[in-house]
Amino acid sequence: MNLDFTEEQEMLRTMARDFIDKECPKTMVRELEDDPKGYFPEIWSKMAELGWMGLIIPEKYGGTGGSFMDLVVLLEEIGRGCLPGPFFSTAILSALPILAAGSEEQKQDFLPRIAKGQIIMALALTEPSATYDAAGVSTTARLEKDDYVINGTKLFIHDAHIADYLLCVTRTKGWSLPEQGITLFLVDAKTPGIKITPLLTIADDKQNEVILENVSVPQKNMIGELHQGWPVIARLLEQATIAKCAEMIGGADWILEACIDYAKERVQYDRPIGSFGMIQRYIADMWTEVGIAKRLAYYTTWLVEQGLPCAMEVAMTKAWVSDVYMRQARMGVQIHGGIGTTRDHDMGLYYRRARQVTLLFGDANLHREVVAQEMGL
Amino acid sequence: MDFSFTPEQERFREEVRHFLDRELPQQEVTEDRWLFGFFPQFSRKLGERGWIGLTWPKEYGGQARSYLDRLILTEELLRYGAPVFAHWFGDRQIGPAILAHGTEEQKREFLPQIAKGEISFCVGMSETEAGSDLASLQTKASTEGDWFIINGQKVWTTGAHLAHFCYLVVRTDPSAPKHRGISELIVDMKSPGITARPLVDMTGAHELNEVFFDNVHVPKKMLIGQENRGWYQIASQLDYERSGIERVMSNYPLFVDIINLAKEEGLGKDPLVRYKLAQLGIEFEVGRLFCYRVAWLLSQGIVPNYEAAMAKTFCTEFEQRLANVASQIMGLYGQLMPGSKMGLLKGRVARAYLYSPAYTMQGGTSEILRNIVGIRGLGLPS
Repeated sequence: MNLDFTEEQEMLRTMARDFIDKECPKTMVRELEDDPKGYFPEIWSKMAELGWMGLIIPEKYGGTGGSFMDLVVLLEEIGRGCLPGPFFSTAILSALPILAAGSEEQKQDFLPRIAKGQIIMALALTEPSATYDAAGVSTTARLEKDDYVINGTKLFIHDAHIADYLLCVTRTKGWSLPEQGITLFLVDAKTPGIKITPLLTIADDKQNEVILENVSVPQKNMIGELHQGWPVIARLLEQATIAKCAEMIGGADWILEACIDYAKERVQYDRPIGSFGMIQRYIADMWTEVGIAKRLAYYTTWLVEQGLPCAMEVAMTKAWVSDVYMRQARMGVQIHGGIGTTRDHDMGLYYRRARQVTLLFGDANLHREVVAQEMGL
Repeated sequence: MDFSFTPEQERFREEVRHFLDRELPQQEVTEDRWLFGFFPQFSRKLGERGWIGLTWPKEYGGQARSYLDRLILTEELLRYGAPVFAHWFGDRQIGPAILAHGTEEQKREFLPQIAKGEISFCVGMSETEAGSDLASLQTKASTEGDWFIINGQKVWTTGAHLAHFCYLVVRTDPSAPKHRGISELIVDMKSPGITARPLVDMTGAHELNEVFFDNVHVPKKMLIGQENRGWYQIASQLDYERSGIERVMSNYPLFVDIINLAKEEGLGKDPLVRYKLAQLGIEFEVGRLFCYRVAWLLSQGIVPNYEAAMAKTFCTEFEQRLANVASQIMGLYGQLMPGSKMGLLKGRVARAYLYSPAYTMQGGTSEILRNIVGIRGLGLPS
């Protein structure tokens, strides 16, 4: 057993924190909320130079071959800084399925370009059904001559508006079990028939509706085998869920530290408000909750990294971290008082992000139900 | 990071389980056996295997093993609900306190006896006017030649009626500021002038006592550490007291049984029951893993302070939620006490519910622990 981060991981954390503080302070994060693209290409290139996009891509495909725990360290810092951009969509949601199920040729083609920051990708999974299970996928792909033709509507698709490729989850045959007959395709986003419309979200993150109307995709763009796509997505969802938890933990850490600083500075009744028992209790509980959340998240990360069964632990982590992040954001606003409720203050940024991000990959209640099933109830 | 145990550690866990399967075949399962299960014979059996004082140096009867081994051992003892009270305090906090502050003679006298499971300790800290404000304690020790003369009263003393010795915190310098006149002594409970009177808790059990000291003579060589420095020695003992995995596993047997009951009786189909049990499952896992973290710190030579306070606060409040949810799930049966006709799970749920408020008092109230987290841990202004 060793429950500490490695020296390299501590260095990665310091480097990432410094980079984000310097290159993308909160003023720029806010600027990007109103920007239609939602990211700065110059920062994106610098992130690639630092090796972030290729962090968990093996060296033979142009990455650095880091571990999932390395990725968690980086994501904590990204979440802490609310760093906008298509990192998650590209380097995790798209790179991992290619790595897991892509052909050698596809890996050689896409992974080095992802690692170098040359392409942006988006996962087109969810639909108006708004669920993460296989039964929610009704977008179809039909073989016509040499190409597959895709029809359907994808919804809540992060970063589709700037993506070069969409990793599209489709149904290729009727089903008795919803998990059967799912196939994955890499779709060039410029293909005729794709219509992308941005959504206005609570967190001003960049989500889209993607309508696919008779979109032709060559057979060679299939990822994995025909009808066999769901296990790839199921595994991806486990990895993505725990990765998203790391981002949430980073955000929760920022809120906690902002509250500690504010409680020491803000004076009322001639005393810093942090000397009042009520405020101390709030902050002590926030610190405790996020502290224990980390231990569970690291344990689950380790299970994921080792390839051990982790369905229950992933669900536990998502449920617990979601609840903690929501409470943390709520209390962060409360401790800051009136200023915390304004559009100007950074706390609101986290309050909005917390609402948005906890809904991703299943909310706390959905994951509690998974836990109940895993407990045998 | 690596959460795996070594093959030796896995074997040790198997060895402990094997032993417990053999020694506790048809035991009457109850909760809180580290607080109520006083079975010196069982403690001596553990002692024979070297399973008390596992981390202490060999020269004092220990095994010089790591805190991770101790984590494995205690986790299994609690999982089985083993009756370990007779040696628990000695193993958990008195031994480490003597190791840290005691004289060579004291180490040689007490540690091997604790490790063999031959002696039991109670802890004399709280007083009627010194609860959370422990430094206000007034039990006095004056000196007379080679003796301390003790006068005063302690309260909430767990197991005083069973223990051989009391680890007693007393005021040795009434004129000094309150934190600087406190000392620690080991007192033989057979000494003339000691009277323990039962305090019966809400479950009807006798575990707590008031203890009166009337001109009790204690040899000066029983002083632990430096005179008047006791306050500074207590702090780390309390960290040991608060940091163990017992804080999240006191009701473990009940947790397992309530889940099984929900499955058998079909209650598990009720969405609200599913929600509540799943939430408890999550909270148990986060609490358990936080206790792992604390054990890891100990294994690295770090005495956890605010981490121990965090662990105890969260874990004991989890235990209370567990008792509450368990009694809700049982409906009308949740009110039936042990011994009652028709009592599901032998009335253990009602007993657990009645005992559970004590968790957030014993070893430091949740209020004091949150103060430690906020002020000592985060540097908030006091």
